[in-house]
Amino acid sequence: MSSTGAHSFVSIAQASKEQIEELLKRSAYFEQHPNSELLKGRVVATLFFEPSTRTRLSFETAVNRLGGRVIGFSDASTSSTSKGETLNDTIRMVANYADLIVMRHYLEGAAQWASEVSSVPVVNAGDGANQHPSQTMLDLYSILKTQGRLEDLTITMVGDLKYGRTVHSLLQAMKHFRPRFRFVASHELAMPEEYLRFCRENGIEYEEHLEFSPEVIAESDIIYMTRVQRERFADPLEYEKVKDLYTLRKSMLEGAKPNLKILHPLPRVNEIDRDVDECPEAYYFEQARNGLFARQAIITDALGIELPEQ
Amino acid sequence: MNTDKKELAVAALRDGTVIDHIPSAALFNAVRFLDLEKLPKAVTIGYNLASKKLGRKGIIKVADTFFDDAVLNRIAIVAPNAVVNTIRDFEVVDKKRVQLPDSLIDIVRCNNPKCITNNEPMRTRFDVVERGDDTHDVKLRCHYCNHTVDGLDAHFK
Ligand SMILES: [Zn+2]
Repeated sequence: MSSTGAHSFVSIAQASKEQIEELLKRSAYFEQHPNSELLKGRVVATLFFEPSTRTRLSFETAVNRLGGRVIGFSDASTSSTSKGETLNDTIRMVANYADLIVMRHYLEGAAQWASEVSSVPVVNAGDGANQHPSQTMLDLYSILKTQGRLEDLTITMVGDLKYGRTVHSLLQAMKHFRPRFRFVASHELAMPEEYLRFCRENGIEYEEHLEFSPEVIAESDIIYMTRVQRERFADPLEYEKVKDLYTLRKSMLEGAKPNLKILHPLPRVNEIDRDVDECPEAYYFEQARNGLFARQAIITDALGIELPEQ
Repeated sequence: MNTDKKELAVAALRDGTVIDHIPSAALFNAVRFLDLEKLPKAVTIGYNLASKKLGRKGIIKVADTFFDDAVLNRIAIVAPNAVVNTIRDFEVVDKKRVQLPDSLIDIVRCNNPKCITNNEPMRTRFDVVERGDDTHDVKLRCHYCNHTVDGLDAHFK
């Protein structure tokens, strides 16, 4: 690990409240100052062992708007891993060339391992089903921006709560901010016991609902929608039965609070009806835009770069 | 031979190690942890013996062998309350509970096939997230992929 406060960013569960607040402060700064020379003369490697165009473009745009340069690869089949090189060797090699490594990998725990062998900080851009902390930071920043605070909010999570790593990470990150959770999902895709226990251990109030009811919508400050994927169901008939139960439509928003905002990690399929897109509650497109600021925040923080006095 | 079963189970040991207070369900895991199969010494394994505290318990006696604490403490993964007696000249000269460390380096293999540790030459690391007792399992979490595993389901590297 290099000096001057540089550090890897691998998992949101490891991040302290202070670290999360620092990243949110930086995100707000970059929304005001998206273009700068803070990364002038620096090289960031984006190593995508698994393709993810959306995430890669967001990180590379962040580096470019900070005045830095990008090296890397977007697909493992073009990289040395396809020749059987270990992750350890690839990371040590790249760490000779770059000041920071942003990596996405199909294996779980890959970013943690890379951070242990790398001589430069590592930012996790997703490791299999495990962690995707930059998504969580953009979710938190979106909540903060739309609600003016993170404390004491009622957050309703809908859809695939079993496999959805974004909802699991958001749940863990919110533990610092006294949330109330409403979990809306079918039995097959219910929030795993591990995370319910996490709520109980951290004194977080939650309710589980099978029905996406007007009552649940009426008490929500944030509705976090997720994709319900056909392949998660052993029985295709079961999927047909539940897929529409967790679709959000404009008509369902009648009794909503004025401050309600709807988030979705994107891409969506049909869990949010297109008639919602024009509603003031729809926030998922701006949410994606916040990803740029959140990633600028993560990159500069990982490198230990101080922001200019405002 | 007219040695009855009871006598065999409590047969005296001149020098060696007696590990007691192992839940029956954990006994054979404990045997594997100690790598006893390769040991050219007299080993007595008692299974399903009556116990006031555990209902049924297991016991392991190994003649003329004294284990490192690091090896003995592996037993705590499946039997957190196991007791290790050191015997010299028929006397118990030391008696101590096994100690479960906070983390286990390169002892347990991760059950998640998509974990980096199963796809890269590297050491594993598990953190103890629940310490367990006679009725509740120890819970371990992989430092890399965050999957959790019950002590009794943990596989050795
Ligand atoms: Zn693992």
